Amino acid sequence: MSALIEVENLTKTYTISERREGTWGALQGLIQRQTRKAPALRGVSFSLQPGEMVGYIGPNGAGKSTTIKILSGILVPDSGTCQALGCTPWRDRRRYVQQIGVVFGQRTQLWWDLPVRESFSLLREIYQIDDHAFRSAMQELQSLLQLEALLNTPVRQLSLGQRMRCDLAASLLHSPKLLFLDEPTIGLDAVSKLVVREFIRTLNRQRGVTVILTTHDMDDIEALCSRVIVIAEGKILLDGPLQQLRSAAGTERRLLIEMEKPGETPADEEARLVSCEGNRICLAFDPERTPAAALIARIAKKYAFRDLLVQEPSIEEVIARLYGTYPE
Amino acid sequence: MTLRKTLRLVRIYTTLSFRSQLQYKTSFFLLTLGTLLATGLEFAAVYALFSRFGSLHGWKLPQTALLYGCISVSFAIAEAAARGFDTFSRQIKSGSFDRILLRPLPPAFQIACSEIQLMRFGRFLQGLAVLGWAEWKLHLSGTALMMPLWMVTGGIALFYGVFVLQATLVFYTIETPEIVNIFTYGGVETAQYPLSIYPFWLRSIFTFLIPLASVSLIPARALLGTGSASLLSQAAPAAGYLFLIASLHIWKIGIAHYTSTGS
Repeated sequence: MSALIEVENLTKTYTISERREGTWGALQGLIQRQTRKAPALRGVSFSLQPGEMVGYIGPNGAGKSTTIKILSGILVPDSGTCQALGCTPWRDRRRYVQQIGVVFGQRTQLWWDLPVRESFSLLREIYQIDDHAFRSAMQELQSLLQLEALLNTPVRQLSLGQRMRCDLAASLLHSPKLLFLDEPTIGLDAVSKLVVREFIRTLNRQRGVTVILTTHDMDDIEALCSRVIVIAEGKILLDGPLQQLRSAAGTERRLLIEMEKPGETPADEEARLVSCEGNRICLAFDPERTPAAALIARIAKKYAFRDLLVQEPSIEEVIARLYGTYPE
Repeated sequence: MTLRKTLRLVRIYTTLSFRSQLQYKTSFFLLTLGTLLATGLEFAAVYALFSRFGSLHGWKLPQTALLYGCISVSFAIAEAAARGFDTFSRQIKSGSFDRILLRPLPPAFQIACSEIQLMRFGRFLQGLAVLGWAEWKLHLSGTALMMPLWMVTGGIALFYGVFVLQATLVFYTIETPEIVNIFTYGGVETAQYPLSIYPFWLRSIFTFLIPLASVSLIPARALLGTGSASLLSQAAPAAGYLFLIASLHIWKIGIAHYTSTGS
């Protein structure tokens, strides 16, 4: 099978004009602009097969949105090539965007003051979706995302979770083969997150839509992506199965315990004490050596505690560890 | 894009734009009333001046009113229709221009359609009233009425072009520089009166840089018989259309700059 997206050696450097301080500085700036080069991508290459779902992750400023912008045709790279769905995104922009869907978690593409339904019918005109296709897409999206109750509500009155469900539907009305999701679960409550994830999974498994997902939420990645691409400082650090990321970064997890009495510090052979503040204790452990359940059982036998929580390391932590710069 | 599809899209966009603005009905009526009063007062001042001084460089009140009316109507329509370009810096800053680039329609078309501002209705009504009064006073009828119409459409294209250029600047500056208002609001204020009253340099700017004279003074003189009535003078409002076409080309350069720098 030939690749759906083939990205080779993309580079992009932004020129940032700096403002000097004070009135005098502003005046100087009018005559001579001070600029600074900020490299965003330094040679990014990867390829995607049809039907894949890839997590594209990295810390803020790593080059994630720059990549997404280039891949969706909004931005032209300084050098490098990209072939997606038979197009060069920034060159055949209009033909290309007809075949892709893009969701930005931070901002809506719906018309703020209009009922959701109106936005949908405008999109239908913009993308020239024929009657039959539109009706069947609407039917499917409505039932998967539980939209019935929302369609007549003006967008500004929707909650964030409801809005995201509508935004997802809006990006899929024209049945794109390729979907970019930029932080689709940001700021959502737990229930909405689950609905959104379930929906994305269905879309990928049943409709075969290829998905590129950027996120800061490790749970999103775990729930959805079998493959991750980690980018940091404009370069791809790792590209492979999720397992590879885990093992590359170590598997350590955290156990947060709230003790009954302050001052008591539980000790266990398989766990390392990370911090201790009053009655809040943080232990680090390796779940491959001792399962969380076993560790908790051992601690519960010896100590009285009020509450406890097992934490996954955050994406930032995992990546920083991958980099070997995580401050312990 | 076929013409039929284009017109259909314009109709749908316009309907939606009206509908979303009419969500705030009271605000709409108050603003219309407000602009009607404000611009009405403005013309009352012009009236007062003329009744005191009689004429201005040989221009009597009804003749000046013809210029005033044409320019007011043109600007009101252009400003209402070019609202998306007028507020373009907002779209750049909020990132909604990226969304426009993600849709399979020309960006300028989407921005043009994004908002038809009803609030400008007051200025439109006032301009129309002044224009109607001028035509009546000047006994214009039959084919003579075609010229003001031709001036108005040329004026709409011209002002629209200025708004497009203003938006194009945003690709380079992010904020809309205040100086652009010299050409939009300043242009209206200037061209509502016979341009011949201004000093040479100002007249040159509004003749050659932004061809306001060709949608007001030149064709008006041709119509009123106070200046050259050559074919060129009569065709002068076409310069407004040429200006708009040129603006749209410059706009494309702006988009290319945006997509290569990412602002």
